[in-house]
Amino acid sequence: MKAAQTSANAMQKKAGRANMKKWLPLFIMGLPGFLYLFINNYMPLYGLVIAFKKYNYKLGISGSPWAGLSNFEYLFKTKDAWIITRNTLAYNLVFIALDAVLCVALAIFLNEVRKKTTKKFYQTVILLPYLMSLVVVSYLAYAFLGDRTGLINSVLNAVGLESVQFYSNKSYWPFILTFVRMWRGIGYGTIIYLSTLVGFGDTWYEAAELDGATKWQQIKFITLPLLKPTIIMLTTLSMGNIFRSDFGLFYQVPRNQGLLYAATDTIDTYVFRALLQNGNIGLSSAAAFYQSIVCLITILVFNGIIRRVSKENALF
Amino acid sequence: MRGHKKFLALSHAVLILVSILAILPFWLLIMASFTEESCAVKHGYSLLPKEWSLAAYQYLADKWQLFGKGYLITIVVTVAGVCVCVLITLMFSYMLSRPGLPGRKLLTFYVIFTMLFNGGLVSTYIMYSQTFHIKNTLFALIIPNLLTNAFYITMVRNYFTGSIPQELLEAARIDGCSEFGIFFKVALPLSKPIIATLGLLVGVNYWNDWQNGMYYLDDSSLYGIQNILNAINENSKYLMQGGGSGTVMPTETVRMAAAILGILPILIVYPFFQDYFVKGITMGAVKG
Repeated sequence: MKAAQTSANAMQKKAGRANMKKWLPLFIMGLPGFLYLFINNYMPLYGLVIAFKKYNYKLGISGSPWAGLSNFEYLFKTKDAWIITRNTLAYNLVFIALDAVLCVALAIFLNEVRKKTTKKFYQTVILLPYLMSLVVVSYLAYAFLGDRTGLINSVLNAVGLESVQFYSNKSYWPFILTFVRMWRGIGYGTIIYLSTLVGFGDTWYEAAELDGATKWQQIKFITLPLLKPTIIMLTTLSMGNIFRSDFGLFYQVPRNQGLLYAATDTIDTYVFRALLQNGNIGLSSAAAFYQSIVCLITILVFNGIIRRVSKENALF
Repeated sequence: MRGHKKFLALSHAVLILVSILAILPFWLLIMASFTEESCAVKHGYSLLPKEWSLAAYQYLADKWQLFGKGYLITIVVTVAGVCVCVLITLMFSYMLSRPGLPGRKLLTFYVIFTMLFNGGLVSTYIMYSQTFHIKNTLFALIIPNLLTNAFYITMVRNYFTGSIPQELLEAARIDGCSEFGIFFKVALPLSKPIIATLGLLVGVNYWNDWQNGMYYLDDSSLYGIQNILNAINENSKYLMQGGGSGTVMPTETVRMAAAILGILPILIVYPFFQDYFVKGITMGAVKG
């Protein structure tokens, strides 16, 4: 009995070893990627404790003295905490809503175009802004908005109106940033919706045609219901990231002008400035920690919602 | 039927309008760079310059040392980044795509978790600069945040599971081919479309990256093209450093010309490869 068991164990071990031998080369292949994710994404998690420390470059993370919650007290006593949270959330909400409406509309229009070359031309052109770095986008915006040389001011002057100082007047910026964001991002969303539409084929429409449905009825009763799952999916995914902002958009396009901060500062630009321009590690680490935690919560909540709606689209 | 024609006309009208809006800023940028400096200062930029001039490009040509070096650094970083990223992403995704892999679920979660939670800029910055000492080296432009991520890995894994027949891999195994042999000789030749898509997405990301340079480089001699543009943005006198060429710098037009240098390669390459970009976007969006 015992002997049989040992031999069974030995066989299992042998099989395990053979198994290991079979999978080992694959694990070796995966190792570089595994290590990179560990270094780039997992090791910094330890650094989150900096938010609870009085960080000193010389002493390092573990050597620096604890500071309790003082960094957070400091952050939330300022008006900044409220402003950056409000800006991050409000801009993202506007972007998400406009993305859903404009990209779906544009995808429907683009789907009407049957001629392949024409369709491809439109697609190429509207995706182009998405491939530009935000540094370049800030140059493009400056060509329109510059105080002395911008196109808008030169047109205003030509018709006898006063120049507008865009870079020192914050009231224009919610509109400018929204416009720039849509200008750059609309092609991306449109292409995703379009690929969904193309996947549906023409049979529904042909049937509706026979029944004498108008174009508007087809959109309302066929296209939009078919797109609904994709719209819900993409919107929920972006809602999960509502506490993350596009650093480049909010840093580069307003050219980091102090007068505009009240309208342009988000959590990401605030963290960057506190860390690298003002050298205030306590404040920036507290803001970064706050962002990591609320992000995790929103993603978990919205992922939970997606799981309920359609399980295969959930992140996990 | 008449309703359809009307709707098609409306579609074209909207699409033409959106296309013009998409292109207009580039047109203005190009025209601004060809404007005579004093004219630009006096009247501002316009959609067609009142007085044409090549002075801005002349100035950039005199400063070619700066821009040529910037181009060189950006090209080196982009090529190195794309090669390493494509290799480690393909290998990792290939491992994940294999059915029966022990710990496959755990490894998948290891990847997905990076999308849920991260250490943020402060701890990433301190780790890379204090632990790995990559400040003011070329590694700073290649390694942080760009080498691979959950989005790329998921995209490639989905390709491997969906587009490469497992029987083919199994047949190679029975023939006595090693795992590495199967990966390089069987899987990779069948993966050309996904390699091209991934390579282009990564390449554009590296070409456009200015954040790593801004975080980790104090030394402007390592600036790539995007960081040079960023430096000009922050300080328009940046271009005057390194000795005058005797000519006065046409400040307002030269920055526009510099921006054109930054986007020209993408403008040239993009139309030929737009199918791959579109594929990458649609494949990455649909999570499997």
